[in-house]
Amino acid sequence: MAKTATKTKKKYRFFKPREKKLNRSVAGNGILFFIMGICGVFMALPLVMIINNCLKPLDELFQYPPKIFVRNPTFENFTDLFTVMSDSWVPFSRYILNTIIITGAGTVLHVIFASLAAYPLAKHEFPGKSILFNMVVLSMMFSWTVTQTPNYMIISWLGINNNYLALILPACQYGMGLYLMKQFMEQLPTTLMESARLDGASEFQVFWKIVMPNVKPAWLTLAIFQFQQMWGNTGSMFLRDEQLKPMQFALQQIAAGGTARAGASAAVTFVIAAVPIIFFLACQSNVLETMTTSGMKD
Amino acid sequence: MASKEALEVARKQGTLGYRIKKNKSCYIMMAPYFILFFLFTVLPVLMSIALSFTYFNMLEWPTFNGWNNYVKLLLEDDIFLVSLKNTLIFAVVTGPVSYFLCLMFAWIINEFSSKVRTLLTLIFYAPSICGNAYMVWQLILSSDRYGYLNGILIKLGVINEQKLWMQDAKFILPCLIVVQLWLSLGTGFLSFIAGLQTVDKSLYEAAALDGVKNRWQELWYVTLPSMKPQLMFGAVMQITQSFAVADISIQLAGNPSVNYAGATVVTHLLDYGSTRFDMGYASAIATVLFLLMVGTNKLVQRILRRVGD
Repeated sequence: MAKTATKTKKKYRFFKPREKKLNRSVAGNGILFFIMGICGVFMALPLVMIINNCLKPLDELFQYPPKIFVRNPTFENFTDLFTVMSDSWVPFSRYILNTIIITGAGTVLHVIFASLAAYPLAKHEFPGKSILFNMVVLSMMFSWTVTQTPNYMIISWLGINNNYLALILPACQYGMGLYLMKQFMEQLPTTLMESARLDGASEFQVFWKIVMPNVKPAWLTLAIFQFQQMWGNTGSMFLRDEQLKPMQFALQQIAAGGTARAGASAAVTFVIAAVPIIFFLACQSNVLETMTTSGMKD
Repeated sequence: MASKEALEVARKQGTLGYRIKKNKSCYIMMAPYFILFFLFTVLPVLMSIALSFTYFNMLEWPTFNGWNNYVKLLLEDDIFLVSLKNTLIFAVVTGPVSYFLCLMFAWIINEFSSKVRTLLTLIFYAPSICGNAYMVWQLILSSDRYGYLNGILIKLGVINEQKLWMQDAKFILPCLIVVQLWLSLGTGFLSFIAGLQTVDKSLYEAAALDGVKNRWQELWYVTLPSMKPQLMFGAVMQITQSFAVADISIQLAGNPSVNYAGATVVTHLLDYGSTRFDMGYASAIATVLFLLMVGTNKLVQRILRRVGD
């Protein structure tokens, strides 16, 4: 196997490496910092609110007019949440397990299937290629609200209603993932794959050992999108058995408990946001670490 | 003789069957995705288009009624025309503006070192990941004196009394556009950031030698041309998002909104699909919207091919 895969430089520096400091003026830097500062405050608002809300004691949660910042932070809301969680109908660990199965399989399978399909579309010529690709891109423009009903019928016909598969299988074929992967793979120089083929690698080996490592930023980004999508799915449309429902469903039930559970509900909002944020941070820091070695492209 | 044989071989290689056989591995690799894609996307879309020619209330079997839905939609439905106008305004304003914002922020963030970059990406992506965006804007746009926007404007003396931002037809659309812009640093933004990571660094050195003087030239002549595939992707995502705006309108202005000032094609569709249970009519709306997006997509792709020329 040719060892042309990306070499990642694992060096952290606060400033950019020197070669990228070409063509940078101090005034330009100043302007950019200024813009980012102003906009950043605005964009961070939802984060700030979630964190402050979950630390507010009840009286502050109901205060009118509402204040953004918490004055007497407390962890009461979380102890409340744990109490509610511990006497749920189905043991809470069951919900967590369901979420791990549904979100995990949905994310991993989608990334693999979409990448597998994107590679031939990006780097090979074969009959039917442009039709298949255009279909995927155009399918994203059809409103999913109306396809929901036919979708439900198909899932019933397949007999996978009230089954994890009813959530996992449709998630594997979202158009966006294939499109994203195809666009990134298109950029890879063909010579990279040619040399591996000369060494006798099969198409699948080329895909796994050459293409995938080189488009790491792409599939990590796709994993972020897909995880967020799967995590947000309550599954209430297809899953009837309480034992099959994901955590998102249980949490939203708790949050819907009304005034009496306002504290737990604030904690729920935090948990619902925190999980994808942690996943985001893990993936995104890897995306940004990847540096293409110079000369990889031609 | 030899040339005749070569011709024969060439002809054989040109046939469809041969080309399919030769690329067998391609089809095998695509199979898992496309089997599911046909089942869960192509089939439902075709069924929806077929339903658009029927009356279907989700309880009884659909009955065929020809072009009636389309005739009613395009000629008789005043509210559809209002919502179409709003959607086009949304698309024309938020589409391009949010596209450039995504690109600009991604590019600026890329100027920082990698740890700072991760943090900045999170902050700018926060509205898309937190899911409580409406809560924030309900506070800001609240129609009493305690609403932040009213409070600030009254303090500054710009207005004398509080404005009903989400109940006054004049303000609904502009406010929704601002919220949508704020929310729109999502898919396109992250894919641009990933795209910037794959730009070959040696190109910048070469460009500096070739006389590229500042970062703006570098952006236009080096960065943008090398991330054309991502630019295309971002554009398609932007189209699908800006034409499908509905959630923020429903959450902030309600559905139906005052005087239909916040109505979009998708809120109209949801009104018929999930409130009035007229799936045939909703499918007709979806089909029209689909054609509109496909047309826009064609146009945008043509423009994007010129980047960096």
